Amino acid sequence: MTCCCECSKEKALDKLMRLEPEKTSELTAFIDGLPLVAGDVEKNRGFLVETLHRAQGIFGYLPVEVQQVVSERLGLTRSEIYGVISFYSYFTDKPIGRYKINVCLGTACFVKGAAKIVDELKAKLGVDEGETTADQKFFLGALRCVGSCSLAPVVMVNNRVYGNVTPDMVDQILADCED
Amino acid sequence: MINLKINNTPVSVPEGSTILEAAETLGLKIPTLCHIKWDCFNTEHRCGSCRVCVVEVTGRPNLAPSCCTPVAEGMDVHTNTSRAIRARRTMLELLLSNHPKDCLVCSKNQECELQRLASAFNIHHIKYEGAQSEFPVDENGAAIRRDMSKCIMCRRCETACNVVQTVGVLSGVNRGFNAVVAPENFAQLTDTACTFCGQCVQACPVGALTEIGYKDEVWEQLNNPKKTVIVQTAPAVRVAIGEEFGFQAGEISTGKLVAALRRIGFAKVFDTDWSADLTIMEESTELLERIKSGENLPLLTSCCPGWVNFLEHQFPDLLHMPSTAKSPQQMFGAIAKSYYAEKIGIDPSDLIVVSIMPCLAKKYEASRPEFANDGVRDVDYVLSTRELASMIKEAGIVFDRLPDEQYDNPLGESTGAAVIFGASGGVLEAALRTVAGWLEGDKDSPIDFVAVRGLEGIKEATVTIAGIELKAAVASGLGNVRKLLERIQRGETQYHAIEVMACPGGCINGGGQPYNHGNTAILEARKDAIYRADKGLPIRKSHLNPSIVKIYEEYLGKPNSEKAHKLLHTHYHAK
Repeated sequence: MTCCCECSKEKALDKLMRLEPEKTSELTAFIDGLPLVAGDVEKNRGFLVETLHRAQGIFGYLPVEVQQVVSERLGLTRSEIYGVISFYSYFTDKPIGRYKINVCLGTACFVKGAAKIVDELKAKLGVDEGETTADQKFFLGALRCVGSCSLAPVVMVNNRVYGNVTPDMVDQILADCED
Repeated sequence: MINLKINNTPVSVPEGSTILEAAETLGLKIPTLCHIKWDCFNTEHRCGSCRVCVVEVTGRPNLAPSCCTPVAEGMDVHTNTSRAIRARRTMLELLLSNHPKDCLVCSKNQECELQRLASAFNIHHIKYEGAQSEFPVDENGAAIRRDMSKCIMCRRCETACNVVQTVGVLSGVNRGFNAVVAPENFAQLTDTACTFCGQCVQACPVGALTEIGYKDEVWEQLNNPKKTVIVQTAPAVRVAIGEEFGFQAGEISTGKLVAALRRIGFAKVFDTDWSADLTIMEESTELLERIKSGENLPLLTSCCPGWVNFLEHQFPDLLHMPSTAKSPQQMFGAIAKSYYAEKIGIDPSDLIVVSIMPCLAKKYEASRPEFANDGVRDVDYVLSTRELASMIKEAGIVFDRLPDEQYDNPLGESTGAAVIFGASGGVLEAALRTVAGWLEGDKDSPIDFVAVRGLEGIKEATVTIAGIELKAAVASGLGNVRKLLERIQRGETQYHAIEVMACPGGCINGGGQPYNHGNTAILEARKDAIYRADKGLPIRKSHLNPSIVKIYEEYLGKPNSEKAHKLLHTHYHAK
């Protein structure tokens, strides 16, 4: 089976192994550990979201080659896998920044001025919501309530939480993101 | 059995039946849109997405979608309460609110199931205004046009592609208002494993999936004084085109088809049946050679371009198995642009070959680069049965009043063996007739191999010809083909020959045929007509076709000769 990417020339698994040997081994080891049943699409389908979740954890996103490998190993079509990826907002097939900045837009954060923080971040980073900067450093996204409403407005950068954020704190938040 | 009441009438149906099925036994037709059922293939699509079939069930607070609600003992169903009818109308209005209103210029005009329902429900005004989903049109390639702004998310095409054909190209993508059916990564169909079989087009109730048309180009060529435009008609067209003009399904309109094509202005009206006979000569010779050597068995037929695509994409390890014989369409093109052009003394580039096909994959096949010489395609344009019907209407030709006319010669003479190419099993039966005739003599050798006929997905037969026990199989519908090929891969089968057709039931159910809207009685009728046409012909074996005998004497030499190989054979590529 071919697909729309360059992986038809080189097998997707081979290409991934060449580019990202460690990550690819981690993914294949994970899939090896699944109780898949060859030819039982209904059963294997049950492991799809779990596999994609792990794959995104490993690779940071779900490039076509990863989709192809998952497709081959689980015996599901590429189109079905893409359908699932495009359905869940959590999954992305585009590389996202190393620092995932998510501004909470839940009710409490919103009334305390989260939108102004989003605007400030957009201006500073030059990207829209849901986009990654060209240098792949920052991703700007939005969240719906992280359960810290007393700290509103809240910004999360990867697993770090900033509370009572004001637009003039944005520079310091970005400065904290040192590679 | 489950006992229930529908509109106060008691009815008993088997457990697991739906309310819709129970209502059908009472002669009630609940309106449906996303639901489709292909009875003769035991396939049903009941995703319940459109909610047009809702009914009221006493004791249930919500209306129930009848297409996917199983019956229960003592159920009390009312199909036509004002609440149900109001809800259906609302569903339709909501669907229409996000659907282009360009029905007059839509290629599905008057064949659209949404349009029919809007008419039946007398909807003249859509009260919901708002955004409309818009997607770019994919009309890359030669066969299928996708205009997903018209998609109503019934997802019938997904069932056709993924369940029936197991091609697996289409899937629901995105969510909410942005949801649409698309290939992976929104690729164009030409960049996927699509076989262009067109079963998704047959399944689509609206104008989201249609064919890429070539009517305008053909009219243009017909009016170009420098060009000689000839036409070939596939076997399955003659038993279906009448439906477009109000004939009963299963009427054979060969004579009127020829007359209509002549009135449209084709210089010669020829028949793909002629080249089907030629195909049998080449394919049967190849089969006998493989049986004699015992090598590379089974021989798989190669007439069906949808199947060839499927093989190239999904079974690259079996590329050596199909016959190298080109399909009848391409054999016709190759002979027309060599033998025939020479015979009438014109340059092949001034000869335009048009095909009328029940098929959309044929459009793709004709565009394959190996079927052209110095940029001159062997077959220039492929029109579907539907497109030809539209041309006939456009030209003001009154089809039912046409006299029955005969094909032109030399590429128009054919046999019963050729016409049965149009139904699943026909190619194999035609080959068996010729193999039997060659080995046992034509006086006593059998003609009717009924075991390979019918609409079942996989058929098997063992026939003894001249002491050789020949094991053969027939598969139609790519899902069935996959099952059979996987058995071959596992080494579980010992067949000599297998006929393969991409569309369930063969070309009578092709993607370019008049829309059947899930009414498979139409397919039965077309199939029966194919075998009636066969019975009605004086010659029923390909090798006894006088024009075929003549072209080997005059031009090709013997079947599988060097010249025959150059013109009539091809090769396959992994994709």
